[in-house]
Amino acid sequence: MGLIDLERKEQIKEKKYRAYHLQRSNNISGLLFISPFYIIFAVFGLFPLAFTIVMSFYRWSMLGEKQFIGFDNYKLLFTNDPLFWLSVTNTFKIWFMSTVPQLILALILAFILNMAFLKGKGIFRLAVFMPNITSIVAVAIVFSSMFGTNYGVINYFLELFGLNPIDWSGTRIGTQVAISVMIMWRWVGYNTIIYLSGLQGISKDLYEAATIDGASTRQQFLYITVPMMRPIILFTVILSTIGGMQIFTEPLLFGKGSVNQGLTMTLYLYEEAFTRYSFGYAAAVAWILFFIIILFSLVNMLLTRIIRS
Amino acid sequence: MNNVGQKKLPRFFLYIFLSITALVSIFPFYWMFVIGSNTNSEVNRMPPAIIPGSTFVENAMKVFERTNFFGSIFNSLFISAAITFFVLFFCSLAGFAFAKIPFKGRNFFFVFLLATMMVPPQLGLIPSFMIMSTLGWVDTLQAVIVPGMVSAFGVFFMRQYISGAITDDLLDAAKIDGCGHFRTYWNIVIPAIRPAYATLGIITFMGAWNDFLWPLVVLKDERVHTIQLTLRTLHEAYTVDYPMILAGTFMATIPILIVFLIFNRQFIAGITEGAVKH
Repeated sequence: MGLIDLERKEQIKEKKYRAYHLQRSNNISGLLFISPFYIIFAVFGLFPLAFTIVMSFYRWSMLGEKQFIGFDNYKLLFTNDPLFWLSVTNTFKIWFMSTVPQLILALILAFILNMAFLKGKGIFRLAVFMPNITSIVAVAIVFSSMFGTNYGVINYFLELFGLNPIDWSGTRIGTQVAISVMIMWRWVGYNTIIYLSGLQGISKDLYEAATIDGASTRQQFLYITVPMMRPIILFTVILSTIGGMQIFTEPLLFGKGSVNQGLTMTLYLYEEAFTRYSFGYAAAVAWILFFIIILFSLVNMLLTRIIRS
Repeated sequence: MNNVGQKKLPRFFLYIFLSITALVSIFPFYWMFVIGSNTNSEVNRMPPAIIPGSTFVENAMKVFERTNFFGSIFNSLFISAAITFFVLFFCSLAGFAFAKIPFKGRNFFFVFLLATMMVPPQLGLIPSFMIMSTLGWVDTLQAVIVPGMVSAFGVFFMRQYISGAITDDLLDAAKIDGCGHFRTYWNIVIPAIRPAYATLGIITFMGAWNDFLWPLVVLKDERVHTIQLTLRTLHEAYTVDYPMILAGTFMATIPILIVFLIFNRQFIAGITEGAVKH
């Protein structure tokens, strides 16, 4: 009796010992394997983030001269910097003009590309997706040429159709439309691909039932496709919000225009930091930018949720 | 979606609509070549030249003379390849840990990882630049490579893939054979996730190749410019010579377009997987 007890005790001890060892080895390997991400992120992601807060309370120049000034940078930003607020409104206008038509067009394209009878789907899909792999720099350059006021091909087409040519770089709306078109051109295909994968997840029975009930294509699109796609639409809205708030390359290359109509928030941040070298002020700009993005993303999520019901 | 909408909406209009969209998508590529192969005087007139001309080679030669075109292509290739290599290694290793090793704090770290994806990268731009200048890395390629070596999306993507692709039985068998975690990763995980490597690899490579803002900040010297910076310089310095600028843009765009056409399946798979899993 005693011997068996003892043996069992030994076994339990052995089991516990092994479990302990396994857990220890799991912990060590697990943390070790994920450590490259966290180390690099700590140095080049987290630290800069935190340090941006510190800097925003200083007058800090390129050469490293610094002077603590409390909330003065923020005060200045909120009370006496119309250029920053202009950049905020510009960013939102450009975001709106590029995102809304972009997502609607992408949804329609995906709906059509999902139709069973359609031939040459692969080719069309590839064609609309190609712009997305082109670098933004290349996009901005070729569109700058196309949007040329005097010899640009777009004005040429406008004139062919009997319309007046537009001063793309000299007018407020011209520049903002040109930048929006560049963004739209690059991202429609990307969103189409995402929507297409969502559509393929919707059961065909739904459409068949609707067809039997006599629903038109338009009705099917509005009452089956759109409601079923809401989570994916929400995802693309969030992605394009984050992306739209970071627009930088297009206005930098196209030119921000005669009255700063193309100046976006990120371009303003870049200029403040790397052409005017006021690091402290630019840090404050970065933080306000971050809060605007968070706030706006939340509003978007809320809106998309409300539309859902 | 069988037969739906066939009678209601004439197919003809659908094809017209799709063809116009496809044309608009392709037109700027065509236009790069049209302008890039004409002379300045053919471009700057009304009506402008709308078919390719014959001076592409001359325009290209001007690009080679005035910029470090091939050098910057090489820099871009080196940066993108190095980033892709490290991202694939580190992200699959971390993805494996998150998917299959029950370590302490796993959930906490994973939520943290997802949260980092929400932070816009330009927020820490200035301190990041200061780190680089303190390290003396401004104007060196590692200033772009090292911060790019990991990606939160990559870890997330690999975790999702490994959770699905590798069964626990397989891992148990490896454990009984006495494989440690790293050996299991090396001998079992890596061979099993080749498709995920292809997908994440092509996405990472394209992202690194097209990156602009960060290289613009840390790579000032022309010797270390990436191709995107060279294009920008070309555009800044010679605004009056669009044929030359667009010849350069065309030459920089076509190689990546070919890479895409070869790998388009993997690339598109990566995009949709990221979306559907969110």
